[in-house]
Amino acid sequence: MFEHILEVKDLGIQFKTAEGFLSAVHGISFNVKRGETVCIVGESGCGKSVSALSLIGLLPNNGEVYKGAIKFQGKDLTKLTSDEIRKLRGNDISMIFQEPMTALNPVFTIGYQLREPLKIHQGLNKARANQVAIDLLRQVGISVPEQRMKQYPHELSGGMRQRVMIAIALACNPKILIADEPTTALDVTIQAQILELLNDLKQRFETSVVMITHDMGVVAEVADRVIVMYSGEIVEQGDVETIFNHPEHPYTQGLLASVPNVDLEQDILEAIPGTMPNLEEQISGCRFHPRCPFATDKCRETKPDIFSIDQHDVRCWLKEAEADGQASRIISN
Amino acid sequence: MQPQTTETSVSVKVSKNEALTRRLKQFFKYKLAVIGLIVILVQIFLAIFANSVTSYSPTVQDLTHVNLKPGSPGHWLGTDNYGRDMWSRLVFGARLSLMVGFSSVIIGTVIGTLLGLLAGFYKFLDTIIMRISDLMFAFPGILLAMLIIAILGTSLLNVVIAISIWSIPSCARIVRGSVLSLKKQEYITAMRALGASHFRIIFQHILPNGTAPIIVFATMHMGTAILSTSALSFLGLGAEPSTPEWGAMISAGQQYMWQAPHLVIIPGIAIMLVVFAFNVVGDALRDMLDPNMKSR
Repeated sequence: MFEHILEVKDLGIQFKTAEGFLSAVHGISFNVKRGETVCIVGESGCGKSVSALSLIGLLPNNGEVYKGAIKFQGKDLTKLTSDEIRKLRGNDISMIFQEPMTALNPVFTIGYQLREPLKIHQGLNKARANQVAIDLLRQVGISVPEQRMKQYPHELSGGMRQRVMIAIALACNPKILIADEPTTALDVTIQAQILELLNDLKQRFETSVVMITHDMGVVAEVADRVIVMYSGEIVEQGDVETIFNHPEHPYTQGLLASVPNVDLEQDILEAIPGTMPNLEEQISGCRFHPRCPFATDKCRETKPDIFSIDQHDVRCWLKEAEADGQASRIISN
Repeated sequence: MQPQTTETSVSVKVSKNEALTRRLKQFFKYKLAVIGLIVILVQIFLAIFANSVTSYSPTVQDLTHVNLKPGSPGHWLGTDNYGRDMWSRLVFGARLSLMVGFSSVIIGTVIGTLLGLLAGFYKFLDTIIMRISDLMFAFPGILLAMLIIAILGTSLLNVVIAISIWSIPSCARIVRGSVLSLKKQEYITAMRALGASHFRIIFQHILPNGTAPIIVFATMHMGTAILSTSALSFLGLGAEPSTPEWGAMISAGQQYMWQAPHLVIIPGIAIMLVVFAFNVVGDALRDMLDPNMKSR
């Protein structure tokens, strides 16, 4: 048995463009334990979705993994043939998408689409697949599943469709579920229901969840561990309490400060000044330094190492001293 | 406990029948298309029951009654220059044109759809297939068909083959276009994420979403195929003169045009009506199946 069901080591992803290769993710490493929920947070364009797609081998045609390894139960996914990885998809690793409105095929019934993964991976016949599908719909909290099976996606609401998507993704009892902003397109009450459902199913199916989001509220709700990404790098990772209570990286602090607080009457929303650099922008030193209020000369010149403080990895020079004080692990880069 | 979704009593009764009735109602709003449909149905009826609705063989000559005018006793549409009954020839011609039309449209559409699916889905095949079809587009259609017949020889079967080949590139191009947009849809990515094979994605998930333009193409192309068959036969490249084929009938009646104008007018009207019918029905189908034009 592997303690970590998924190990990502120094993963780099690049895109082929008219101007040459652009690196979107430059060497990220993280692990996912069995039954754990890991949230990858960051702004749009920080590489979180691309990282998620690479886990399942679905990078766009012009994208490729140029370095590092993705080890799933010890097997390196980047070295598998397309046929081998196809057999893992939907079976061991599943994915749910952001837009439940467009992620279901409009010309097929819910039942047909639920039977698909069962037919592909388990070779069930229609009658047997139907039983399993009805049971799945019940598990994701859909009422009268027998009738829903005959309905088309346009007859269901957004929240229901997302439940169906989850049911399809869980059909073959995957070991990892990748959720790419599964609640972004839903309204808040439905969002809470879906998150609750995911938490509940995760325990029942013993599935690890890798959730991509930019919503700190969602993170607080579901995450066991949090990975904060900025401009293609992991700037901080740790368990959810530590990240929320003691954010160490200035970027994480900024992210948390920019969540509006409804309890304060005159709360001025704090924003992180500036925008994320473009992929082609060459930034010396720390990639966050142009927007960092605490940037020093060292930050501008040298890329920071990762410092470990209480189970908590931070890529920031400011934490060097703190980390030195403790018995810490330094991964130079 | 899971929160159950609230919409427990949603009516799930929108059955297939109801959807079909709704579609039919929509179709009947296009008056011209209804007329077209009637023409097509009449043609199909005549083609099927050709033996029962005629009292003469279309090929038997009766040299004692040549060039009879329409309305003559026993031959209500008259006879041609060999005394063959025009009504019989017209009806058997309807059977022939339908057969040629259907078979060439089916062959052309099936091959064209297949190539279009491949071209749209696989980028490396796209260039090859689309450049070859560009090459074929460079020829005027009828010339291409004539070229193919010149190679294969003159016969109705070769006309079918020629018209099929000619319709492949346009069909492939239409299908490729819809595949290009469909394959970027999130539900196709979702199918890939489920581990579906390319074959499954192309034929079970992309194709059913792209049927509307194919149906429209096939309907519209029926008219073109019938017209081209007649044109080729008229030029002497298709049916032999004795065959009851509308184009061949016009060609044969040409020299008696002034003495017996019905020899060219009757098959001419038949061709025109049928081609018109298929075109208006195809038009209506296109409007109906195109979600952007639902407002009508």
